[in-house]
Amino acid sequence: MSTDNPTKLSRRGFLIAGAVATGGLLVGCGAPAPQERLGKPADLPVQGDEVALNGWVKISPDGTVTVAVPRTEMGQGVMTSLPMLLADELDARWEDVRVEPAPVAQIYANEAMMLNALPFGVDDDGWLARTAAAVMQRTGRVLRLQVTGGSSSIRDAWVPLRVVGATARAMLVQAAAQRWQVPAADCRTEAGQVVHTATGRKLGYGELAADAAQLTPPQDVPLKSPDQFKLIGRAAARKDIPAKVDGSAQFGVDVRLPGMLYAVPVQAPVFGADVASFDAAEALRMRGVKQVVQIPRAVVVVADSWWRAKQAAAKVQVTWTATPHDQTSSADIARQAEEALAQQSGTSFTNRGDADQALKDEQAAQGTGGTAPAGGKQPKLLQARYHAPYLAHAALEPINCTAQVKDGAVTVWASTQSASLAKWRASQVAGVDGDRVTLHLPLVGGGFGRRLEIDMVEQAVAVAMQVGGQPVKLLWTREDDTRHDMYRPAAWADFRAAIDAQGQVTAWHNRVAAQSPTYGATQRLLPWAAADSPDKNQIEGAYDLPYDIPNLAVRQVRLKGHVPVGYWRSVGHSYNAFFVESFADELAHAAGQDPLAWRRARLGQHPRHLAVLERAAKEAGWGQGLPPGRARGIALQEAFGSICAQVAEVSVQGDQVRVHRVVCAIDCGHVVNPDTVEAQMQGSIVFGLSAALFGEITLAQGRVVQSSFPDYPMVKLAHMPRIDVHIMRNAHAPGGVGEPGVPPVAPAVANALFALTGQRLRSLPLSLKAT
Amino acid sequence: MQQFQLNGRPVQVDVEDDMPLLWVLRDELGHTGTKFGCGVAACGACTVHLNGGAVRSCVLPVSAVVGQSVQTIEAKDDAILTRLQAAWVQHQVPQCGYCQSGMLMAATALLRENPQPSDADIDAAMTNICRCGTYQRVRAAIHTAAGQRKRAA
Repeated sequence: MSTDNPTKLSRRGFLIAGAVATGGLLVGCGAPAPQERLGKPADLPVQGDEVALNGWVKISPDGTVTVAVPRTEMGQGVMTSLPMLLADELDARWEDVRVEPAPVAQIYANEAMMLNALPFGVDDDGWLARTAAAVMQRTGRVLRLQVTGGSSSIRDAWVPLRVVGATARAMLVQAAAQRWQVPAADCRTEAGQVVHTATGRKLGYGELAADAAQLTPPQDVPLKSPDQFKLIGRAAARKDIPAKVDGSAQFGVDVRLPGMLYAVPVQAPVFGADVASFDAAEALRMRGVKQVVQIPRAVVVVADSWWRAKQAAAKVQVTWTATPHDQTSSADIARQAEEALAQQSGTSFTNRGDADQALKDEQAAQGTGGTAPAGGKQPKLLQARYHAPYLAHAALEPINCTAQVKDGAVTVWASTQSASLAKWRASQVAGVDGDRVTLHLPLVGGGFGRRLEIDMVEQAVAVAMQVGGQPVKLLWTREDDTRHDMYRPAAWADFRAAIDAQGQVTAWHNRVAAQSPTYGATQRLLPWAAADSPDKNQIEGAYDLPYDIPNLAVRQVRLKGHVPVGYWRSVGHSYNAFFVESFADELAHAAGQDPLAWRRARLGQHPRHLAVLERAAKEAGWGQGLPPGRARGIALQEAFGSICAQVAEVSVQGDQVRVHRVVCAIDCGHVVNPDTVEAQMQGSIVFGLSAALFGEITLAQGRVVQSSFPDYPMVKLAHMPRIDVHIMRNAHAPGGVGEPGVPPVAPAVANALFALTGQRLRSLPLSLKAT
Repeated sequence: MQQFQLNGRPVQVDVEDDMPLLWVLRDELGHTGTKFGCGVAACGACTVHLNGGAVRSCVLPVSAVVGQSVQTIEAKDDAILTRLQAAWVQHQVPQCGYCQSGMLMAATALLRENPQPSDADIDAAMTNICRCGTYQRVRAAIHTAAGQRKRAA
């Protein structure tokens, strides 16, 4: 988005400015000082002879440095990248650094997560963008949102964790200087030691920690310049990996406790239905079954083994309450979307020039017929309707949570992205104070946004309250995981565009219709804050079209529906990138231009976007010959503070699509762990490719049709393209990497298929007509 | 009462004959390295070895392994598995890690049968699902482990 001019605010800009001002009054306006995140040693539980220097780092006498990581490790490498930030400034020896999950406390709140709600791009540093960011950061702090999502962990930690490391280092230096009775300025640090430069005397951090902990943390310690980094920017082996190759890694599903019971829910098949009555007589007679209990919207079998509970669950007869959606099908939902697009103009998110007038002008010019200037062409009007379906997250670890409610205390073991909300909701369900809840955070077997939700915590605690104090592990079947998700919204996009006689795009008019993922998630997670108001996340990737088009209108139509929707890896970008990058490709071809050249010519105001696009094209050999039967497609998308371009190379056999190669360029600003960035791009491309080629959740009789991997398939090794990742290196503030690699895949593949077959596929998953 | 060999040691359980091996391993014997992903043999997270060959334990009744030899990711004395585990670390394969026990067991069975698999061999044998999308590194790590065997030979 271009920078709003404060003297000429658009209506949307005015609304944002109003919201920013209101938010600012509530939580404060200035950017939160990173020093405020330092915390106190008392924030961090210590074991044995560990000494906490602040709320983040402990040092043992043997020199072991333990870093508290308040973000969930779900494969994105956060248990490595966050300690790298701290350890670099601390000058710790990387081999001495170990990690542990942080407790829940305000200093660990994710202040960058809510930046994703703001409509500002990476190259917008105007006053409104900066003020709004500061308000959002403060809001994250006030809400104590200790969450992992929105590709925000590094963006949140980038400055604070380096400040924490530098501050701890200064205290260790001061402690050594006092012991030696020399000026601190005469000391330096290296590899976990303080060195007195003149005499060469050395003291290890482990020998100094107890003294350092007594000192007052200094303010305003200087941070390293990037050329002084020893860890940041260099590939580091992930600390969580060794336990993930020998079966010892403990996921939520692996929790085992003395006397533990196992629970399998029988859940209402239609969203919104509840239990009317049930008959569990047969189930209760089965081996190992202890109890059958009712909780909201489910009946739950509790047994001495999970398999026995599952066998018995099949024998429970439940009558469900009727809902208005008992007959709703995907066709009904599509019809409602089409009606909404026909009847509603939608909420304006971008309004540059006058797209409606420009479209009328071109239509009139076209109507006069035959007046194309010499060498010019007929003006063209294009319109198109695109669609993307609901999608399930399908993390490989099925939804689960273990809970124990005993003597007024609640203990929860949850593989969750939402630590603070999980703890809060557990206390709510059990009716106890928050300080009576202990939360354990095992590893997460895939999050992708599904584990931002806390429904599994609600269920497990509700069951645990009814089993007499024993711990109970609630674990869903794969079928329930597929059928009781909070889905990526189904979406529809309408486009109209005009190309003038010179081949220039004069107008782009785009409306996107979908349920609001933010409203859906907020209703469940923060119900008091839920409002079905304009949702940036629903239209991200569309309203912020980077291309220079004089008349641009992008509008949001928010649909209602009974299907629960939420955050799915890359959220609105996951469908909007497909819509806008495919339609851009249509315009390029309609104007007789190369799709790369078309984009390049319209990125004059976005040099970072242009550089990423050029890099992907160059590395992919754009324009160079390919074997017969192959073609390339390109796509570009800014998301989560990073910019990603991809070139896909495809062939087809009959109606089967084969993706041979994906070349990916990513500008995520300053890189912390390049190997993790590469891994996230590789994984994101696979995730996006599964959606592009296979992913579709449909509804019949109010319920989800698909159930498991046979009917909700995934990319496997045999489908794999070769993936080449190229990371732009620069000194911009870090962007996210967990999600930005997902959106460009589908349009890159669809555009390649058009180049190859002439079929413009406007619906996901991509389905070719056999030739 | 069912008896079988688990990672070279005799074990005994007293469960229903149709309880799948997966749940015997996880809930009865506490071997949680083998994972539950789908329950219908579609994802491969539950892959273990029965007499050296890869099987999906979520659909294998315990009665089918009585008196036989079962190996899981927790096995310590399988040279191929050990070599693959080292290659997995070298290539930094796992992301969330949940599927990786099954991936490693499938890869171990593959290399036992076919010490120098081609890409096509790997595609055919490795049908496990990794939702994080680690496949490219899985392939590279298998080739690395196969190559080390070649050099050692």
